[in-house]
Amino acid sequence: MQAKRLCLSEHKVFIESRVQMHMTVNVSISAVGLKKSYGPINAVAGIDFEVRSGEVFSLLGPNGAGKTTTIEMLEGLRKPDAGSINVAGFDPWKDASRMRRKVGIIPQGFNFIPRITPGEAISYFSTLFGVTDRSGELLELVNLKEMERTQFKDLSGGQKQKLGLCLAMVNNPDLLFLDEPTTGLDPQARRNMWDVIRKLKAEGKTILLTTHYLEEAEVLSDRVGIVDHGKMVACGTPDDIIKQHGSGKILHVSGNETVARKVNGATGLHCTVDGKNIAVEITSNSDVAQILDIVRESGVELRTLQLSEETLEEVFLKIVGRMEDIS
Amino acid sequence: MKLKNIIADLNVYGKNFVRSREGLFFTFVFPIVLIAIFGSIFSGNGGGSVPLYVQNLDSSSQAAQQLLAGLNSTHLVAISFIPSGANVTTYVSAHSITAALVIPSSFGRSVTTGGTVYLPFYNNPAVSSSQIAGQAIGSVIQQLNFNLSNAHDSIHVQPYTDSVVAQGYVDFLIPGLIGFTILTTPMFSVTFIVSNYKKDKIFRQLSLTPLTRGEWLMSKFLWYIIISGLSAILMIGTGVLLFKARVTVDLYVIPLVLIGVFMFVSLGTFAGSVARTEEGAAVIGNIVTFPMMFLSGTFFPISIMPQWLQTVAHFLPLYYVIDGLNAVMVYTNYTAAGIDILVALAITIAFFILAMLTFSWKEA
Ligand SMILES: Nc1ncnc2c1ncn2[C@@H]1O[C@H](COP(=O)(O)OP(=O)(O)OP(=O)(O)O)[C@@H](O)[C@H]1O
Ligand SMILES: [Mg+2]
Repeated sequence: MQAKRLCLSEHKVFIESRVQMHMTVNVSISAVGLKKSYGPINAVAGIDFEVRSGEVFSLLGPNGAGKTTTIEMLEGLRKPDAGSINVAGFDPWKDASRMRRKVGIIPQGFNFIPRITPGEAISYFSTLFGVTDRSGELLELVNLKEMERTQFKDLSGGQKQKLGLCLAMVNNPDLLFLDEPTTGLDPQARRNMWDVIRKLKAEGKTILLTTHYLEEAEVLSDRVGIVDHGKMVACGTPDDIIKQHGSGKILHVSGNETVARKVNGATGLHCTVDGKNIAVEITSNSDVAQILDIVRESGVELRTLQLSEETLEEVFLKIVGRMEDIS
Repeated sequence: MKLKNIIADLNVYGKNFVRSREGLFFTFVFPIVLIAIFGSIFSGNGGGSVPLYVQNLDSSSQAAQQLLAGLNSTHLVAISFIPSGANVTTYVSAHSITAALVIPSSFGRSVTTGGTVYLPFYNNPAVSSSQIAGQAIGSVIQQLNFNLSNAHDSIHVQPYTDSVVAQGYVDFLIPGLIGFTILTTPMFSVTFIVSNYKKDKIFRQLSLTPLTRGEWLMSKFLWYIIISGLSAILMIGTGVLLFKARVTVDLYVIPLVLIGVFMFVSLGTFAGSVARTEEGAAVIGNIVTFPMMFLSGTFFPISIMPQWLQTVAHFLPLYYVIDGLNAVMVYTNYTAAGIDILVALAITIAFFILAMLTFSWKEA
């Protein structure tokens, strides 16, 4: 319910910004009513969102949610069944070649010609784009300089992914699409990739990425869109989403069934028993005093008192409700 | 179509190609190995006896029997007989014979009376088996001359090397194997590359750049021209130096090689595009390639095949390339070559259209 409300409000903002889009440059990507099905599978079942200039926007969602289908429609790699898209002023499907001169793309599962080295790959793309060859600089940026002369097939997964980023950067785009840039990388390599993404953001690039990693979305993104079953079920800043969809703060306090029932009766707050404690999803700090009073009145000894906040991950699992799908 | 894009892609594709050992082996080593193997087998360089056809028109004479016995005792030749009623020139050309000796009806009489007699010898000095037969005949006749008439030589061999004598097998092998390379190198590698780049999403990656499908194809075409050309030069060199092949290399060879390469780059692109998987592509590639590999005059002239197979050969695109190359390199018959070029060009245009209709970088 709340999810729908949030996206509708986003939608309104979006419609307004769309009207002014030609004058203001602060929206890089906008999509309205995006749909795509493969035979009986509704991979994308009506998605609306926008990405503002200079922000990092993450599409989060379980496997098969429709992230890649969405991003590839934005990249002009797939034709939408319905909806309209504007990427940096272009219709990606009709204007694919002109748009791609302005944007950089790492597709999911980036791959390259096996016996070509990173240096050669970057020179090749530079010639194709008609720009000066910055292979040294780009390889430096992603920390791949020492692999300049190693053939692609001999690079590690993380090094391949870094080359993907270099190739996406060849035409010095202001807008980058990164589909799962860190999937399959070890924690160290992922953090390296994060550093690069932060560097790019600091240079003012707009970045749309997809990921399965909640903490990655949380640390990197200005805003997050949670996609499930082809729909955008939540979008906003991580804090917004936690606030909107999460229960906010949780008070863990000593108690039992009886106490839980009393608390629920008195405050109407959701309350669960957890061993010798109860967990109450509080809505404001004033709830705490009231709950403590009830506990004291019940004669329960106060051994535990802890206030915790729900993480994006917990909220995500609650929204998506398909824990087993998350890697 | 931008030349700089084509060259940039050619550079990368070529590097990727030459860094693969298989690619280099099949392009350069394999055809030379084939020439060496087939050349040795059929030119009689492999030891053993070589075929010699004899038409004995003097079978009742003792001198003729002595000559044949002498030839047999050299162990250099295996004698077969041409029927005495047959016209030797027709027989020789019809049976692709490279060494045929005629013993004239006057042979015995001339030998006993001490008169001079000439033995026509149809041969092809470019073929080593023919040379060996000639040496065997020469040595036996020298011996006979010495034994029979203690005077000066009365028996002479009269060599005929005009065009009725079959061309050397190696002469056919060179155009055949050039055709073989023009077929197999682009067909196998382009079919594979197109299906593999599709599966491994390399086309998707290339489609993110300003490179076009047409530029990519043009670069493949240029690449296979370069390597087929080099491979052809190597094969001609090997054939001429090692096996004394007599072939004419002139400008007419160029359009045939160009058209042939374009034909099979297009066909390979088509095969790789219609296949759903890499394995499927390999199957389609093999089905299309194998009949052509053997039945288009690659390893032997199609004239030695049964009539029905010769008819089949006319339906194989490679036939026109090899027939054209034979027309230029072996027979220097430019009219025949011109017709082959036109037919091959028409087939190539058809294949190119099929390729462009099915070759796509988009998944939609
Ligand atoms: N080319 C295709 N043909 C048929 N079905 C497809 C195709 N591409 C995607 N799908 C299906 O569409 C749905 C959405 O796939 P998509 O790749 O967009 O998901 P995703 O969110 O990117 O998943 P992941 O996190 O695993 O990458 C899936 O059910 C998938 O099986
Ligand atoms: Mg995906």
